[in-house]
Amino acid sequence: MLLVAPALAMVLALFVYPLGMSLVSAFTTKDGAPSLENFMKAFELYGNDIVFTLVIVVVSTLLTGLLAAGIGGYLVLGAHRAVVAILKSLYRWPLFIPFIVAAQCMRTFLAKNGLMNNTLATLGLVDVGSLSGLLDWRGIIVTFVWKETPFVALLVSGAMASLDRATIEAAANLGAGGLRILVEIILPQVAGVMVVGLTLAFVTMLSVLSVPIMISGGSPTMITVDMAFRVNSYSDYGVANALAFVSYAIAALAAWIYLRRNVAAGSGL
Amino acid sequence: MRAALGWLLRGGLLGGLAFLIFGPLANLALWAVAIQWYFPHKLPLTWGFKYWAEVFKPTSDTVAALGTSVLIACITVVVCLLMAVPGGYALGRLRLPGRSLILLLLLLPQAFPSLAAYFNLARLFYLVGLNGTIAGVVLVHASHGLVIAVWIAAAAFAAIDPELELAARNIGASALRTALTVTLPLAMPGVTASAIFVFLESLDEFTGTYFVGVPDVTTLPLAMFTASLAGNYQIAAITALVLLVPSVGFMLLIERLLKAEMLAKIG
Repeated sequence: MLLVAPALAMVLALFVYPLGMSLVSAFTTKDGAPSLENFMKAFELYGNDIVFTLVIVVVSTLLTGLLAAGIGGYLVLGAHRAVVAILKSLYRWPLFIPFIVAAQCMRTFLAKNGLMNNTLATLGLVDVGSLSGLLDWRGIIVTFVWKETPFVALLVSGAMASLDRATIEAAANLGAGGLRILVEIILPQVAGVMVVGLTLAFVTMLSVLSVPIMISGGSPTMITVDMAFRVNSYSDYGVANALAFVSYAIAALAAWIYLRRNVAAGSGL
Repeated sequence: MRAALGWLLRGGLLGGLAFLIFGPLANLALWAVAIQWYFPHKLPLTWGFKYWAEVFKPTSDTVAALGTSVLIACITVVVCLLMAVPGGYALGRLRLPGRSLILLLLLLPQAFPSLAAYFNLARLFYLVGLNGTIAGVVLVHASHGLVIAVWIAAAAFAAIDPELELAARNIGASALRTALTVTLPLAMPGVTASAIFVFLESLDEFTGTYFVGVPDVTTLPLAMFTASLAGNYQIAAITALVLLVPSVGFMLLIERLLKAEMLAKIG
């Protein structure tokens, strides 16, 4: 017990205690009287941003899940070894790229005059005149999915690789196609791992400040940006912490789904 | 005919994926060697390393930020390992009461929206004079990196065969000597992996430093952020490339460490 004490003390003092401060500050006025004033102000000023945040995070998580399932599925079922090998060496790259660097990359890549539009225009796929950048909610989603898919795909493909191949081969022998095997046989068995990966991705997206600021800092934006703004410009910790409480509530929702899934599956993860 | 179409489809999908993955990085690289580049030109007008000289001249802010970042990352690694090695040993080897509760508590900083913890901590640090100091930033980075460090160390210690320690004790080695000459060397790959993880986490950390480090501590991510928001895309791109070197190097190195069984042990 003594051996873990320093680590525990550190997390308690530097993480749990500030979170407690956050809760207290969200539910009190500046003088310390309990009130819901901060929440009223937060909803009034940033109600749109709360919805915006929720939509972005949910859509990004769903897209991440779809892509990760696709990548993992191809890695397990793909018939062509060369294609599997190329995919394997490709998909992991964004995993180790810091969020802030990813944000800077996307800030240039997705801009009106970015490499994406320029390449598409050069290939003749889009009309130069009608081009607009993606530096708004779409850019935030693209960046999140780009950054989180490799992580979830890594976890999921690891779980898929350790499945019993007999059922997969039996289904294939009976004539089931790749997509059907993936959806009906493989995915149900790795759902637990998938939910763990997506929950972590979901919470990460809720906490990242650099991506929304750098991709789309204007209104509407994510509540992380609003929190930073309240603190830095007005020293208004009350409203910032009320918004933080909203983000805990959203995260708790994800955690609830995660726990329910675990109880249902009775797994240890 | 069908086979040819299939290969066309596969080639197209892989090509598209490669474009989506490397396109953003290529755009960053282009900005790093561009001198002049503005709308509607598809490629930089003038190329060269003019901005590199500017970024890497000894008196530049970026070089100072690099030094600060590396210093902070090194101290963070030391602080984390001092706690993670005994903590990991206890969690990996001993039967602790409430082990899963402890693991859950340690996981909090990674599994909870952390932004609010940072700005409230900054407020706390302001009262005790830790705001804008290296020590303050190290504490923030360490609390965030600790989880990974402890979990990897615990997995490494759990993987050691206890018989080897027993053998050492049987032939007369003291408990301390056994720990130092048998257990620790065997756990070394795991401990090294966790040190690398913590180092990278610290090097890349933005949000905590943004709140706790201001105005005096500027790390590399903060320098990049400032340059980017000011529209100095060349400087931002070069700084970002500097940040990428350790990350990509580590990715190529970790292939072996990040095997599925390693991840499986963490749970």
